[in-house]
Amino acid sequence: MISIHLALFLIFGVVAVAGAVNLLAQRHPINAALSLIAVMAALAGEYMLLGAEFLAAVQVIVYAGAIMVLFVFVIMLLNAGVEERTEGSRVAIIFGIPGVLLGSILVAWVILRYSETEAVPAGALPGAPSTIGQLLFHEFLLPFEITSILILIAIMGAVVLASKPEPAAGGPSKKLATEQKVND
Amino acid sequence: MVPLSYYLVLSGILFACGVAGFLIKRNIITIFMSIELMLNGVNLSFVAFAAHWHALAGQVFVFFVMVVAAAESAVGLAIIIAVYRTRETLNVDHVNLLKL
Repeated sequence: MISIHLALFLIFGVVAVAGAVNLLAQRHPINAALSLIAVMAALAGEYMLLGAEFLAAVQVIVYAGAIMVLFVFVIMLLNAGVEERTEGSRVAIIFGIPGVLLGSILVAWVILRYSETEAVPAGALPGAPSTIGQLLFHEFLLPFEITSILILIAIMGAVVLASKPEPAAGGPSKKLATEQKVND
Repeated sequence: MVPLSYYLVLSGILFACGVAGFLIKRNIITIFMSIELMLNGVNLSFVAFAAHWHALAGQVFVFFVMVVAAAESAVGLAIIIAVYRTRETLNVDHVNLLKL
């Protein structure tokens, strides 16, 4: 008889591996992004099983939320994958929706099957937000501050790189003038 | 209790999928997503070791990996936009000059 821990590990692991393989199989970037979101959500479940409840929340909010929204935004901004066939979307409709239903039913069945196990109150797991915060702001204070500088630099770098190459004030006219002079 | 090796195997599979995607994909955005997949695989092994050795520092490292991944994806996607603006393509085979 397998324990609920192992059963949930297997379910989330199968979802994660299926998402990763689907990422390889899909030819359209949007489908790949959606399967990557499935991988990240399944990994959040794995983190929860390992007692890292804060990381599970951060995984969903930052990774599956913010970073993947950035990806999907760029894919749609660049109109990517329009030249590639989108057979995968039909496959996603045929297999995806029953697959999600089946997975949800499986998780619900496992949880109900082992319903005699008691629920863990929030904050009782080893990776509770309070303990992570204690560690982050005491032992890892310097790396934390350095990452904040890194994020600041990344924001500025992204703005500089993604902005249109605007002609500098007074620069192009002078350049044009010199070019005309050279041409003359 | 699930043995540590199961988590490491899962982490290895995810990392291998990321490496394979990095090598076989031709769309630059999908290649970028494969890198994220590799980072996720490594994060899982970090959390598994943290739970196994009761060392919460591993979870803090995962937090830092996520922060760096966020910064990396912001800069990387900005570079992709800049490349697309000049090359009009997302296929890495057609992007063979570092110069914009």
